[in-house]
Amino acid sequence: MNEHSASDPVYKTDALIAEDIVAYLELHQNKGLLRFITCGSVDDGKSTLIGRLLYDSKMIFEDQLATLEADSKRVGTQGQEIDFALLVDGLAAEREQGITIDVAYRFFSTEKRKFIVADTPGHEQYTRNMVTGASTADLAVILVDARKGVLTQTKRHSYLAHLIGIRHIVLAVNKMDLVDYDRETFDNIVEEYTAFASGIGIEKFTAIPISGFKGDNITQAPSDNTPWYEGPSLIQHLETVEIANTAAQARTFRMPVQWVNRPNLDFRGFSGLIASGEIAPGKPVRIVPSGKISTIKSVVTMNGDLDRAVAGQSVTLTLEDEVDCSRGDVIASADDPPQVADQFEASIVWMNDEALIPGRAYWLKLATQTVSATVAEPKYEVNINTMEHLAAKTLELNSIGVAEVTTDRSIVFEPYEDSKALGGFILVDKITHATVGAGMINFSLRRAQNVHWQALEITREDHANLKNQKPAVLWFTGLSGSGKSTIANLVEKKLNLMNRHTFLLDGDNVRHGLNKDLGFTEADRIENIRRVGEVSKLMADAGLIVITAFISPFRAEREMVRAMLPEGEFIEVHIDTPLEVAEARDVKGLYKKARQGELKNFTGIDSPYEEPEKPEIRIDTTAMTPQEAADLVVDKLLGGG
Amino acid sequence: MQRLTHLERLEAESIHIMREVVAEAQKPVMLYSVGKDSAVMLHLARKAFFPSPPPFPLLHVDTTWKFQAMYELRDRMAEAAGMDLLVHHNPEAKERGINPFDHGALHTDMWKTEGLKQALDKYGFDAAFGGARRDEEKSRAKERIFSFRTASHGWDPKNQRPELWNLYNARKSKGESIRVFPLSNWTELDIWQYIMAENIEIVPLYMAAKRPTVERDGLLLMVDDDRFPLEPGEEPQMRSIRFRTLGCYPLTGAVESEAATLPEVVQEMLLTTTSERQGRAIDKDEGGAGMEKKKQEGYF
Repeated sequence: MNEHSASDPVYKTDALIAEDIVAYLELHQNKGLLRFITCGSVDDGKSTLIGRLLYDSKMIFEDQLATLEADSKRVGTQGQEIDFALLVDGLAAEREQGITIDVAYRFFSTEKRKFIVADTPGHEQYTRNMVTGASTADLAVILVDARKGVLTQTKRHSYLAHLIGIRHIVLAVNKMDLVDYDRETFDNIVEEYTAFASGIGIEKFTAIPISGFKGDNITQAPSDNTPWYEGPSLIQHLETVEIANTAAQARTFRMPVQWVNRPNLDFRGFSGLIASGEIAPGKPVRIVPSGKISTIKSVVTMNGDLDRAVAGQSVTLTLEDEVDCSRGDVIASADDPPQVADQFEASIVWMNDEALIPGRAYWLKLATQTVSATVAEPKYEVNINTMEHLAAKTLELNSIGVAEVTTDRSIVFEPYEDSKALGGFILVDKITHATVGAGMINFSLRRAQNVHWQALEITREDHANLKNQKPAVLWFTGLSGSGKSTIANLVEKKLNLMNRHTFLLDGDNVRHGLNKDLGFTEADRIENIRRVGEVSKLMADAGLIVITAFISPFRAEREMVRAMLPEGEFIEVHIDTPLEVAEARDVKGLYKKARQGELKNFTGIDSPYEEPEKPEIRIDTTAMTPQEAADLVVDKLLGGG
Repeated sequence: MQRLTHLERLEAESIHIMREVVAEAQKPVMLYSVGKDSAVMLHLARKAFFPSPPPFPLLHVDTTWKFQAMYELRDRMAEAAGMDLLVHHNPEAKERGINPFDHGALHTDMWKTEGLKQALDKYGFDAAFGGARRDEEKSRAKERIFSFRTASHGWDPKNQRPELWNLYNARKSKGESIRVFPLSNWTELDIWQYIMAENIEIVPLYMAAKRPTVERDGLLLMVDDDRFPLEPGEEPQMRSIRFRTLGCYPLTGAVESEAATLPEVVQEMLLTTTSERQGRAIDKDEGGAGMEKKKQEGYF
């Protein structure tokens, strides 16, 4: 069974270990590291292949082997022979426990390299898991069953691997033993795959006929059964393919700053992982986005200062000049710095049960920068089986689309195809903190490049000082009919009598003008609040006390407005009226209409209201009169209590 | 072109992870168990923040039953790193006199699992570094580098955040805390090679020497102090032994060995064929799912 066994020279040799351990260790101190992903379903023999790689490289110990042999006889699918798949699956046990493995990482090594394999079994959640596993991989092994040829899923795996930027694709035509090692079968599959691959932009790939079960062309090639095959074995290929990290060294220098190291007044270092290029003392650098220029003074490590450092190393840099530089900035070569923009076109993979809500603010993390960002309605969604572009309003779990992304401030970036480190980002839900999406920047949008922020001489402080007041936004939120407008009006009257400069933005009124193009869908409601937020911000900049009265049912949008304003200026006022009370009042007759189905998306009836968790002010309208409520709001605003 | 070795890349990744935690967490801590993985993790932390000392304390959740040599090295390493060392003893376990001889699994549960929860809650740490590796055990292979715990410190393997590129999402909800595993992608051999390459001091018990031992339930135990209850007529035997993992001395099985230097230890490891955790009693409970179950209950 085991014609290419563990005694093959590619694996660690017991003889050398036993004879001269020091020589062996020296040899192994300097191995390279390759990360790859295997794509295929259980039927393609993926688990068998990984199991064999672990087994052949002796990453399996005797006690595990004993279990494996017993399990193979008990539940294996290979008769009395060892079923390698059991090594990595453990699926039966896991299913019993109701646990799904999503991405598991396996390790093995040969004489030349150490390997980390991302293993993403199962069909469920396939896109999400494969993209996660592929994001750190240099190479993808696409498994094809020789009996079945190129299938829809082969195309899907190849598309995803290409999308995530994997430059080395191996087409492993497996189960050759079941087609009598027939050359024509192999050639036909390669031909079909070539046609498909070039259509989606995969320029080159390496095709290898293998048998994971029998071991053909895994460690040595050609195997006796495939004398016609002239290429490398799978392991030989994995041992020699170029590592992405090495390729990154050839590009211009960039290092996103993670942390500023200041042990005392005499030392100020900037710590980070070098994303591309190399650096040495004396090299001129530019801090982006500020554009300040300086020169590298030293490359500091605990083992002594370095003469140079390259992509993939974590270092601490000191500069010749005292320039401003903090987490989120990128230190780059002075003559070729990366771009800065706040609007992009990006490919986005959605990873959450709750679909993308266009217009909603999410956290976007790119390298060491975290900003607030919104995603527009997708330009299109990609059918990952046919690569067709489909019209889409949103992105559901496991779907992939292209959309415009807008950040609340400019960020340093590079297109993903130039730099994974500066072009890949994750999106994080602001309320649940889940990682909901991953994105890859295609390019920045022209309008962001050409619209610059104009620095103004009269500042918001000047405006406020003239009015002798502190600007604020009193944000009233609550159900329809809760009493927001009534109380907001009373508050403005009181403030007006006290010579305060105020402005009241009322939900119904704004919809007659500024927002008359918007309806009541979730996306429109978000845009409604975004515009009101921006207008409130302008008015607060002008020194006014702004009072708004909007249902504003979603927590995320209220937090979005809060984030637009300086700390302490956004005062959330929850007009807390139970639904039954508001419905009983029904001043405008809207609840009745909603109950009869004449009004859709009505908050509290068929659209949710997310209560504020920690409003600055909460008004229980069942416990106080509108006048008392207004007094309370004014007291809190002016008293600061 | 400078080709980075696998150890250089693993080192860079671990350092990057530690700096992300310090930049994004409010109150991080490093769990320090004095074993070889802890030694490597501490060394990496010193490198990550040099010339500053690592900007977080070390926490040792102690059971009072560790080997004497471990306590000695622990105090010395913390001082050398310029870090605060917090030692936590579960007061209830102390009061009830919980020990590995009389209480079996309850000993680990109370001193370690409960003790860890108590210590994290007591100091309000929101992110804790641990030295676990993915190659150790089945349930670790699928655990994220940033692994979230509920307010009651439970792990929900079905509800893990996707982790892409080297972008870690450290945002947590109220009451949640994070376990961070900077050594996730290291293998046992990597750890040994790095210890040799960087000359990292480890507990001498990893190297073979003549030590007093008795044999119990198939495990070779070292009589590390006079709390070890000998059976009538039982005499500790001097044997040349070493340890592949270190825990509470009455629960950690030794192997008979003559490997007295690091290269000899690695040589033995490469030529032996039993997996690392086998010398520990802990994983054998509850069948193959032992570790997974413990983690769901809050074990690190």
